[in-house]
Amino acid sequence: MTPPAPSPVAIEASGVEKTFRIPTHRVDSLKERLTTFNKQDFRVLRALRDVSFEVEQGEFFGIVGRNGSGKSTLLKILASIYAADSGRVRMAGRLAPFIELGVGFDPELTARENVELNGVMMGLTRSDARSRLGAVIEFAELEEFVDLKLKNYSSGMLVRLAFSMMLQSDAEILLIDEVLAVGDASFQQKCADVFNEIRDSPRTVVFVTHDMNAVEQYCHRAMLLHDGAVRSIGAADEVARSYLRLNFEQAPGEGGADMGGVADITLVDVWLENGAGERITNVEKGGELCFGAIFEAHRWVEGPSFGFAFDNADGVEVTGFGTSLPVDTPDAVEPGQRIHLSGAIENRLEPGRYVVKCWVHREHNLANLVLHSPHVLDFVVYGKEGAGVVALDHAVEARVDG
Amino acid sequence: MSSEPAPPLREVTGPSALGGGRGRFFELLWLMSVTDFKKTFFGTFLGYVWSLVRPLMLFAVLLLVFTQIFKLGSEVPNYEVLLLFNIVLFSFFQEGTGGAVSSVLAQEGIVRKTQFPRLVIPLSVVLTALFTFGLNMIVVFVFMLAFGVSPMWTWLLFPLILLPLLIFVSALAMLLSALNVRFRDVAIIWTVLATALNYATPVIYPLNIVPEALKHALMANPLTPIFQQAHVWMIDPGAESVGFAAGGPVPLVVAGLIYVTVCVLGVRVFTREAPKIAELL
Repeated sequence: MTPPAPSPVAIEASGVEKTFRIPTHRVDSLKERLTTFNKQDFRVLRALRDVSFEVEQGEFFGIVGRNGSGKSTLLKILASIYAADSGRVRMAGRLAPFIELGVGFDPELTARENVELNGVMMGLTRSDARSRLGAVIEFAELEEFVDLKLKNYSSGMLVRLAFSMMLQSDAEILLIDEVLAVGDASFQQKCADVFNEIRDSPRTVVFVTHDMNAVEQYCHRAMLLHDGAVRSIGAADEVARSYLRLNFEQAPGEGGADMGGVADITLVDVWLENGAGERITNVEKGGELCFGAIFEAHRWVEGPSFGFAFDNADGVEVTGFGTSLPVDTPDAVEPGQRIHLSGAIENRLEPGRYVVKCWVHREHNLANLVLHSPHVLDFVVYGKEGAGVVALDHAVEARVDG
Repeated sequence: MSSEPAPPLREVTGPSALGGGRGRFFELLWLMSVTDFKKTFFGTFLGYVWSLVRPLMLFAVLLLVFTQIFKLGSEVPNYEVLLLFNIVLFSFFQEGTGGAVSSVLAQEGIVRKTQFPRLVIPLSVVLTALFTFGLNMIVVFVFMLAFGVSPMWTWLLFPLILLPLLIFVSALAMLLSALNVRFRDVAIIWTVLATALNYATPVIYPLNIVPEALKHALMANPLTPIFQQAHVWMIDPGAESVGFAAGGPVPLVVAGLIYVTVCVLGVRVFTREAPKIAELL
C-alpha cells in the first residue's frame, strides 16, 4: 500500500487575533452618548491570540476548550460572522454559513418555503434549492408535513429538517457548534450515524464541542484552545486527554475548595462504556451504566475515598456513590501512583442529559476534600420517558373489587 | 475519496454588507421581500384588506376634516384624489424607513449565527414596502378615474418620481438600521422625526395654500420637490411647478445637498458598521 498523498488544505488560519473591547458601562442610546462627556472605560478581552492552524480537506477537525477559551469566536471568524482584527484565514471550497442548526427558519412558513429560503442562504440558486426539496424532506422523514408551517412542527421534526438541510447543501466545509447538545436521544443517535458517515467522506468538518468522547469518536485531529491561544494540535485522543488534564487541574480552584496549589490527586480520565468495553456517550434507560476512571496521586494521600454523583439537566443531584481502596491493600497512595476505578450501575435514570461530578477525600473524612470537579463528564440517557427523575422497580396491580 | 482537483484557497474577509457574492445577495433580497409580503397578505384572514384599511381610514378622517372643517376642497382641484395619493406615497416612505430601523435588531438570530449579507435585511423591508405601495396604487388609480381625473401622458413619468424616492428611502433604511444597532433609541427618535416630516411635506395640505416664506423653506425638505412634482404630473398639471414654489435656487440646492448627504451617509455608515453588527447585538 502506498502512503496516501498529503491532502490539500481546506482551511488555513495564520496569526488570527481578535480582541473585544467590552465597555464597563455600555452606552447604547444616542441620548446617553450625547450626555456623557468623559471617555468610556473599556475592559479589553483578548479572545484569540495568534491562532494558526490548518485543516486538510476531508478532515473531521475538533476544536475543544473550556468556556470562554475562544472556540466560538474562532468559529464565527471562520464563518465570516465576525471579522478578525489581524491575521489571515483562507478557505478552499464552499462553506455552509451556519454555525447552528435551524438558523433562519421562519416559523410562519411551510417546510417547502423554508427549504428554499434556507437553501438560498446557503448559496444555492432558487431553482437549485427547490430541486433539492425532495431529498431534504426524504432524509428528514417529513414527507407528510412538507406543507405544514414550521410553527406546528415538534422540536424533533425541526432539528431533523435543519440537519437534513445542512447535509443536502453542497457545502464542502461544515462548521458545527455543539450540535449534539440539541435534540432528543434518538436524534443524537442519528447525528452520530451521520457524523461517522461524514468522517469518511471528502467533506471537511470543523467541530466545536465540550464532549471529549465525541472528539475521540469522530475527529481525525483536534486543537485545544486555552485563553484564546492554541495549547495543542494533534491526534484527537491526545488533545482530548490534555483538555481533561487542563480541566481537572484548574477545576478545584474554581470550585472554591481550598487546594493550596496543585491538587494532591487529579483525575486523569473518566468515561462511560458499553458491555464490549467501547466508550459511549449515550446510554439506554434500564440498561447497565459501566464506567471507568483513572486518578493519579501527586502527593502522599492517606485513606483516599472517591465519590461520583450525577446531576440531571435541572441541576438536581439524582444519585451518587463512592468507594475506597480494598481492605487487603495499604490504605494510601504514593506520588505517581495511579488508581483505576471501574464498575457498573443499574441505569434507573430517566431520559435526559446528565452531568457527572467527582470528588476525592483523604482519611475517609468528608471534610478533607482533596479534589472536587463539578463537571467531569456528561452523557445522555435515552429510552421511553417515565415520570419523575428515576425509575424504580415496582409491583403494582389493579383489580376491580367484588 | 474525491478525485476532483482541490479548489483554490480563497481569502476569508469577514462579514460585510454584500458578503457572499452578488447572485446570492439578489436572490436573498428578492426571496425575503416576497416572503414577507406573502406573510402579510396571505398570512392573515383578509390580509390585504387590513393593510388597505389603515391608509383608507386615515384618508376618510382627513378628508372629512379638511373638506368639511377647513373647507379646502373647493380651492384645490381634485383635493380628494391628491390626498389619497399623497397618503399612499408617504405610507411607502414611512413603512420603508420605519420598518427598516429595527429590522437588523429583529433579525438578530440570523445576523449572529450565519454569514449573511447584512444589507439584505433593511433593503428587503424597503422592497416589501414597495410591493405594498404597488398594490395600493391600483386603488389610487381607480379613485383617480372615479373622481374624474383624466389619464395624462405624464402618468408615464411616474417612475421618475418613484426612483429618487426609492433611493432616498433605501439610504435612510441603511443609515437608520445601522445606527439603531449601536444606539437603541434611534427607532424612537425616528418615529418622532417621521411624524414631523409628515407635516413638513405637502401630504395632507396642498402647497399652494402655504404662505410664501414657509413654502420656500418647505422646498428645502428633499421630500417636498418629489411630492410636488408628483402632484403636477399625476393629478393637476396646473399645480405650482417645483421651481415656482421654491422661489429661487437656494431651497432646491439645500434639498439636493440633504438628499446627497443622506445617500452617502447611508452607504458609508452601513458598510462601515456591517462587519461589526454581529458583535454589537
